[in-house]
Amino acid sequence: MRIAVASGKGGTGKTTVAVALTLASQEPAVYADCDVEEPNGSIFLRPEVDRVEKVLVEVPEIDESKCNACGDCARFCQFNALVSFNTPPLVFSDLCHSCGGCELVCPTGAISWKKVPVGEISFGTSNGGRISVIQGKLDVGGSLAPPVIRQVKAQLTDDVFTVVDSPPGTSCPVIESLGEADYVLLVTEATPFGLHDLKLAVETVRELGTPFSVVINRFDEGDSGVEDYCASEKIHIMVRIPHRREMAEAYSRGGNLFDAIPEMLDVFRNIPVTIEKGVEV
Amino acid sequence: MKIAVPSPGRTLESSIDGRFGRAAGFIVYNTEDGSFTLADNGQNMNAGQGAGVQAAQNIAATGADVVIAPSFGPKAFQVLKAAGVKMVFSIVGTVKENIESFIAGKLKETDNANVEGHW
Repeated sequence: MRIAVASGKGGTGKTTVAVALTLASQEPAVYADCDVEEPNGSIFLRPEVDRVEKVLVEVPEIDESKCNACGDCARFCQFNALVSFNTPPLVFSDLCHSCGGCELVCPTGAISWKKVPVGEISFGTSNGGRISVIQGKLDVGGSLAPPVIRQVKAQLTDDVFTVVDSPPGTSCPVIESLGEADYVLLVTEATPFGLHDLKLAVETVRELGTPFSVVINRFDEGDSGVEDYCASEKIHIMVRIPHRREMAEAYSRGGNLFDAIPEMLDVFRNIPVTIEKGVEV
Repeated sequence: MKIAVPSPGRTLESSIDGRFGRAAGFIVYNTEDGSFTLADNGQNMNAGQGAGVQAAQNIAATGADVVIAPSFGPKAFQVLKAAGVKMVFSIVGTVKENIESFIAGKLKETDNANVEGHW
């Protein structure tokens, strides 16, 4: 089973929930950190890293001796990665999505491809080898997270319990992270901001057609907006995590949810069971 | 000579926009006859990436010889340079004040990008 943990709003507790879900598993588990712009699950899982591999993407290289300066490549590019003023194009490789269109439209075969690094994937284990931690990390200054996320996902298999820690928001990196998940947990908080972004996340997951439910973090402070919304939209609330000072203290030391609120362990052990059974609203 | 100035407004009395790539639009002033046109840059206000590159291409398409702005990012700088558009640092004030200061030779031309991308 692959469960992706996502949220619209950042800072709601995605990593807290994803780490807790992984730790609560009594079987071998994989924690896949797809929040590649700021992967932080490792702070709490403390894996021993045994291997790191580079993520490479292909970007165009212009052979100026073949280029006839027609500008077709630049007109084709939707990402402003190529710019031509009837000159051989300027190439902004960090804007390139590696779609290959410029090569197709080039009438003189002046475009070839070179590989450039955009990030890295690390492989490690924690909790005596029971948990495998696969972490994607986008290079500082990089702007394209999806290739790094794709490479993390390429390591995942269907035969082991897997938790995907997704980036916040609802844009391309999130869509990439949620793809192929069997189930999505949307983490939110009981505030107007949490509700606003939860609605966007719900729209996104409904579009993908993946079954999902909601985790409300710090449910006992804030307002009832999220509860009311979930009730009216018939969205199951899987877990309500209370607001506790102990949680902030544990978090600041790199501790996990169960260090602070031990009674949550049974609740989290139950999540995969509830998902398997199918959720009744 | 045509002078482009980023501005959220639509007249010469409008203030200059603090941003280049994500400015709402550009006022393009023609020194020959004192007329001006508006070049929309709206598609870049919410662009994820590449706003500076596209805005620089929009400027080049207006036929501007000079652009006056508070800052130029590295990509916009390269594109404007390739297009042969002169880049000049603005002063705080209206579009008109900037154009007058430039014509009076009081503004400084840049040959370097002065801010990082995503500034």
